[in-house]
Amino acid sequence: MNHMPRRITTDDVAHVARLARLRLSDVELEEFTGQLAAVLDHARDVEALDTEGVPPTAHPLPLVNVLRDDVVVPSLDRDEVLRQAPSVEADRFRVPRILGEAP
Amino acid sequence: MTTTTTEWETVIGLEVHCELRTATKMFCGCRNSFGEEPNTNVCPVCLGLPGSLPVLNRTAVEYAMRIGTALHCRVQPSLFHRKNYFYPDMPKDYQISQYDIPINADGWLDLPNGRRVGIVRAHMEEDTGKTTHVGGGGRIHDAAHSLVDYNRAGVPLVEIVSAPDLRSAEDARAYVDELRSILVATGASDGKMEEGSLRVDANVSVRPAGSPEFGTRCEIKNMNSLRSLGRAIEYEAARQIALITEGGTVSQETRHWDEAAGRTGSMRSKEEAYDYRYFPEPDLVPVEPSEEWIRSVQDSLPRLPADRRAALAGASGMTADSDAVITVVRLGLDDLVEAVVAAGGSAAAAAVAVRRVANEVASDPEAAAGLDRTAFARLVAMEAGGELTAAQARTVLKAMMDGGGDPDRIAADLGFEAMDASALEKVVDEVVAAHPAEWERFAAGEDKLTGFFIGHIKSATDGKADLKAASALLRSRR
Amino acid sequence: MNVPTNAAAIAASVRAGELKAADVLEQYLARIERHEEQVHAFNLVLTLEARASAAAVDEVVAAGGDPGPLAGVPVALKDNLCTRGIPTTCSSRILERWRPPYDATVVRRLAAAGAVVVGKTNMDEFAMGSSTENSAFGPTRNPHDLDRVPGGSSGGSSAAVAAGFAPLALGSDTGGSIRQPAALCGVVGAKPTYGLVSRYGLIAFASSLDQIGPLALDVRDAALLLDAIAGPDSRDSTCLAEHPPAAAARLDGGVEGLRVGVVRELAGAEGMSADVVARMRDAADALAAAGAKVDEVSVPAAVYGLSAYYLIAPAEASSNLARYDGVRYGARSRTGTDGAGDITEMYLDTRSEGFGAEVKRRIMLGTYALSAGYYDAYYGQAQRVRTLILRDFAAAYRNFDVLLSPTAPGTAFGMGAKTADPLTMYLNDVCTIPSNLAGHPAISVPFGTGADGLPVGVQVLAPALGETLMFQVAAALEAAAPATPVPAMRAGGQEGASR
Repeated sequence: MNHMPRRITTDDVAHVARLARLRLSDVELEEFTGQLAAVLDHARDVEALDTEGVPPTAHPLPLVNVLRDDVVVPSLDRDEVLRQAPSVEADRFRVPRILGEAP
Repeated sequence: MTTTTTEWETVIGLEVHCELRTATKMFCGCRNSFGEEPNTNVCPVCLGLPGSLPVLNRTAVEYAMRIGTALHCRVQPSLFHRKNYFYPDMPKDYQISQYDIPINADGWLDLPNGRRVGIVRAHMEEDTGKTTHVGGGGRIHDAAHSLVDYNRAGVPLVEIVSAPDLRSAEDARAYVDELRSILVATGASDGKMEEGSLRVDANVSVRPAGSPEFGTRCEIKNMNSLRSLGRAIEYEAARQIALITEGGTVSQETRHWDEAAGRTGSMRSKEEAYDYRYFPEPDLVPVEPSEEWIRSVQDSLPRLPADRRAALAGASGMTADSDAVITVVRLGLDDLVEAVVAAGGSAAAAAVAVRRVANEVASDPEAAAGLDRTAFARLVAMEAGGELTAAQARTVLKAMMDGGGDPDRIAADLGFEAMDASALEKVVDEVVAAHPAEWERFAAGEDKLTGFFIGHIKSATDGKADLKAASALLRSRR
Repeated sequence: MNVPTNAAAIAASVRAGELKAADVLEQYLARIERHEEQVHAFNLVLTLEARASAAAVDEVVAAGGDPGPLAGVPVALKDNLCTRGIPTTCSSRILERWRPPYDATVVRRLAAAGAVVVGKTNMDEFAMGSSTENSAFGPTRNPHDLDRVPGGSSGGSSAAVAAGFAPLALGSDTGGSIRQPAALCGVVGAKPTYGLVSRYGLIAFASSLDQIGPLALDVRDAALLLDAIAGPDSRDSTCLAEHPPAAAARLDGGVEGLRVGVVRELAGAEGMSADVVARMRDAADALAAAGAKVDEVSVPAAVYGLSAYYLIAPAEASSNLARYDGVRYGARSRTGTDGAGDITEMYLDTRSEGFGAEVKRRIMLGTYALSAGYYDAYYGQAQRVRTLILRDFAAAYRNFDVLLSPTAPGTAFGMGAKTADPLTMYLNDVCTIPSNLAGHPAISVPFGTGADGLPVGVQVLAPALGETLMFQVAAALEAAAPATPVPAMRAGGQEGASR
């Protein structure tokens, strides 16, 4: 039996928005918090369900070992790829400065 | 000063990322190749374009299984997860990686010195693209903007996580060196640290010697050679000890090794702590290698460095952790020694072969590849049998490596003939007689004069004398 | 010239050389020209490309060849299916100008079958919604009543078929996004078994639930379209390797002796309107009259489907939609272009400007469900409920061949009626979600009308790979159904054509 999490707060929503790289105004934050709380409240029936010993289903198919041979197939034309990019420099995708190292 | 100082112990665990040398990337048919024009080996899948889906490379799985088997891991049914975080070198803004159910778990690796290092896991994951920082001297924090090349994105990796069983920088270097030899031997990796095919992160902590508990660890990144790995660990351990000694505490964090400055620095930016939100990758299905597949990988695995060192040691009477034996195996030149043994060479001959390979052949690996095995075995037999002195054997070997040829003929052309024992005795007597004053001092125990006499014997015989035998004769005469 | 209204007849006539694909196309283009402005079924009408494909089909026929089972049949594509060089937007600002460098597998299969793609249809942004009101490019209207929604998220595709803009359309169904709009627009819509149709080139919403499926005016056409797109694909690891069951194999097989179970929990679910339940009872009676053995069946875990779905789908979506970050393709905020901010600022602005409210809501819900400390209570628990649903379905199928339920809780609702409260909108999917969670096929067939005179759909559910039987029962249901109202624009267009 899983413990039931407490009700979602605006702090939670602000944290989640940050993780998901979404900027919310204060009004949006309040509104989304109420809406997410309503959906999560509805999900309480699921949380309350006794699933002791029930394995999770991540996928409806019982497939395993779907593999491809290590054979080269042609890549895309670089111009076609870079044409779709918002900003390009020296045949690379240009991005604004990065403040942190990759984790 | 009589203050007691605490003895500190450094505890190290290593995470090694190894690029697999498959023909194609992990989840698409783009070429897995280093140093190409930017963004030329890319497709909808490795660019993470909307609608694209990954399909797992069979050879990447096979290589991962080889690595796990070579590291004595349990090869098991496994799952892929998504590791979610935003970073521009990751086309999908999540990395497909194995999480709690890796393909290889619970193995070990023996260092040449006999220390056993536990392997926690060796799991599969995809590599990221490459970011170049423009302006500010190429340093990330000072750069005006950055550029991304996705040729490397999706290249298959195996991440090998060791247990915290290493206790010194030297141990850590030996571990990576040994691991690299194993990876190369399995054929799964080219082991090139300088091209980034092997990347090492170190978890370092310190504790009072004898303490059963681990200290707080820091993860050190950005070491791109064995030398910098050793320096970084030594620096970091010293930093932590100093911190604790001064009453501070180590905080768990990731630190960046600055090769030029010779120090580690905190990598923490103003970014919040990461929450990777792992969940099973719904676009892939589980990998469950069959018994037959696992067995065929075991059967196809070549002999590994530890076994090869043991074999060389057994054949030559040398120890498995001697530098010469380690060098021969690291360079994969054991077959030269084996050729000597196969030709009926004695343990002494095998030892001669190990020394010749470690000292001379090793210095020119390219020529070594072309060296005729039978001819090499003959050369070693000539040296071991006293037909050639060590110096002569080296000269002949060099000629063989430069242009090939039959050692007997080369030796004959150079005028190298075996000098029999009586001829050598005669020369020794002549040299002693010509330098009575020096002989008196030598006879009185002045050993450093050995070189003086040997030098004269060498020039008197045009280098044909077996100098070891000559020095034995000198000693017997005093 | 008399162009038939269904795809099977069009293809037969074009293959036989009796009808030109070009003429078929012009008739549909004329109807689009006349009524599209009112309906807004399309994000993009591909007039020139469609004319070129139709001409190519006619050339094949003229040269004595066979263009395939969908020869000359106009097909509308939901705008989350990638088309090479042609904008594919998911009805989102963030992909507004993106032109994929590749075709989805289903798009290639359609071309190989001789179909003519007429346009990309409107949808709820990233397929998140049940009314097509969440499109960045404005809502689609229901051809039966322009003040009402067509359902969603494949509202553009179902409206296109209902309006007579194309006899066939492809949609995608993650929690009912084909079946619910099919019901609301009075057309047939099917979600196949998970893995029957390749997802390669379908822009992902929730990967373990998404399937592409057909929308058509009748069951036979839907089967024809499904058979043309189903089958193994080496580009999709989750696509079944086996030869797929033929949907059109036994359409005339009847239901004599088949065991049909009416799912008690779905018929009695939260928010079901009485007239919809009454039509489903009528449908059950009709099947019984045709010789089926009809009984009630309990699928207890089905009621938990909605809650589980609204944890699983947003969780997968939160990850699938991370890639829209302004780096490689799609829109980027000005922060990123004028050099004012760092990359995090660019991410935040790009995504906040590029996504609509519903997409943001689901991304946040899913991020929350996966985040540290909540994974087990939310995502993990939802995955265990999924197991329970699979078990309960397995038990039901031990005693029944197919199951029956309403498709949607009501008929088409008014524009704006449910936009204020997301949860009310989510309740639209209560009957359709269990099939997605189980990976099973299900089809919605029009069966009479509600008290308001608008179409009602009845859903036939089958076990995995039970398509042949499912379409057989659907065809019997269709044969027994009262006449479905025909929107004036479709009827009118037909008259215009035969004048």
